[in-house]
Amino acid sequence: MTEEAQWLTERRPDTKADDLHGDLHTEHQILNMGPSHPASHGTVKFVIELDGETIVNIDTQVGYLHRGFEKECESGTWYQAIPYTDRLNYNSAILCNLGYCMAVEKLLEIETPERCQWQRVMAGELARIADHLTRTGAACLELAAMTPFLYGIEARELTWDLCEALCGARVTSNYVRIGGVKHEMPSSFPARCRENIAKIRGLLKDFDEVVTGNRIFVDRLRGTGIISKEACIQYGVTGPILRSVGVPLDLRKQQPYLTYDQIDFDVPVGSVGDNYDRYLVCVYEMHQSLRIVEQCLEALEKLGPGPVNVDDPRVRWPAKGRVFNRMEELIQQFKSVTEGPRVPAGEAYFAVESANGELGFYVVSDGSAVPWKVRCRPPSLINLQPLPLMVKGSLLADLIPTFDFVNMIGGECDR
Amino acid sequence: MEDHGSPLLRRLLDALPAAVSGTHAELGDATAIVRPEELVSVMRFLRDAPGLEFEMLSDATAVDYLGESPRFEVVYHLYSVTRNHRLRVKLRVGDEKPEVDSLIPVWPAANWLEREIWDMYGIRFRGHPDLRRLLLYEEFEGHPLRKDYPKEKRQPLVGPRN
Repeated sequence: MTEEAQWLTERRPDTKADDLHGDLHTEHQILNMGPSHPASHGTVKFVIELDGETIVNIDTQVGYLHRGFEKECESGTWYQAIPYTDRLNYNSAILCNLGYCMAVEKLLEIETPERCQWQRVMAGELARIADHLTRTGAACLELAAMTPFLYGIEARELTWDLCEALCGARVTSNYVRIGGVKHEMPSSFPARCRENIAKIRGLLKDFDEVVTGNRIFVDRLRGTGIISKEACIQYGVTGPILRSVGVPLDLRKQQPYLTYDQIDFDVPVGSVGDNYDRYLVCVYEMHQSLRIVEQCLEALEKLGPGPVNVDDPRVRWPAKGRVFNRMEELIQQFKSVTEGPRVPAGEAYFAVESANGELGFYVVSDGSAVPWKVRCRPPSLINLQPLPLMVKGSLLADLIPTFDFVNMIGGECDR
Repeated sequence: MEDHGSPLLRRLLDALPAAVSGTHAELGDATAIVRPEELVSVMRFLRDAPGLEFEMLSDATAVDYLGESPRFEVVYHLYSVTRNHRLRVKLRVGDEKPEVDSLIPVWPAANWLEREIWDMYGIRFRGHPDLRRLLLYEEFEGHPLRKDYPKEKRQPLVGPRN
């Protein structure tokens, strides 16, 4: 009998020594978390088996934002699917537009004009910055730090202002078109963009100073949510999570599309594969994206004026003046509006590097003006699948930062 | 069988000629159509063969070609991180009792992707340990991405579960 037990039994004669030494009766507890929980930005339900505060098992239940994206795409024209792609990942809608349109362009065998390609890259990188700002900002918020979240959101507003200048919408941009973009950027855009880039850099510096070395933030992130390189690859994980384990896979480098092969940028990789590495990878990528946007502005100035849409009657409406004066163009306009473009029969898969990883579109056409099949390969869903590997055996509280940096976006995960 | 100039298809055809029933490389996407009973052995070969090394199952989905026979097509997209190349593998399955071998032993990534295909198309996966619906709820009637499922169809109201 230990000294404390001896002391207690002497003073409490009704206490049996066995009560103090025998195993406590414990049982695992099942905890439902979500689908709407204030500490998770993403509509998902976790059924967690807990031993005290330790996660023994976790079942992730997705689908709460399912709205039949693929089914809807199969009932409209090829163009009518573009606004739906905005609603996939609403933090970086332009990247979703881009993935879909480039898959359809692959099917149509269309090469877009150079000016259009630079503008697409620029708009896409602004969207990527917005996405990473949301991820890192919201992670701070959910770890109970309000200030850095506000810095992040202020910077995100600046990217959305630029998005508004480009296409008139802030969040659901509907900017990219099959064979081009909505229209040429306004002449005031480059100056405004440079001004906002400087402001975003300032805010990122503020963010960095508050967060990166912050003891609480570092303690919550370092060593939590670790996953191995092999597990990542087996589970098809891509994007910042895969880079955080040290695999420099970035489709912008590996399989360059648009003008990424002419752009100078670095791909950051982590070494440990924990949440802190994911945070650092995201911050580094934001700075790289700002560099890319600057290079795009320079390239666009050097390139001079030119078309931003491919001159292909299958996907492009004829010029208004010709529609009013010529029969063929009038008919073509009528058919384009009422029927939409016809896409040759076949199948194509095209993937872009979205903020979350490989965003692929697999499109099948039967030769008509209505898609036969539009499949979106959602990085959010596929990155979420190995979540149990990241959190099993860790504390319940570690689930919050891990889930934040998986950055599951319900709209894209559930479609 | 034609390899359409793709070294990936050539390797596959040389190693497992009997397992492949068709190939194409339209728009630069190398594609192999395999016999359903050979799926797992083909995938294991593609994952392990030196020079191919498809360590990653990028995506799995299905397409409903209503009116054709066999009706469904299951489509896998593979990616090799080491070699940086892609391959599409497809197979056909009929609609009386659509069932395909599960690929979870080859790539654990197949788990949720196969659950989604079951959910949306009603194709079952042999050997899947936990074939629940992924995006919809258990009481949902039918498989909505089948072409004969009307878009406007209503579902019965489901009460709270206790």
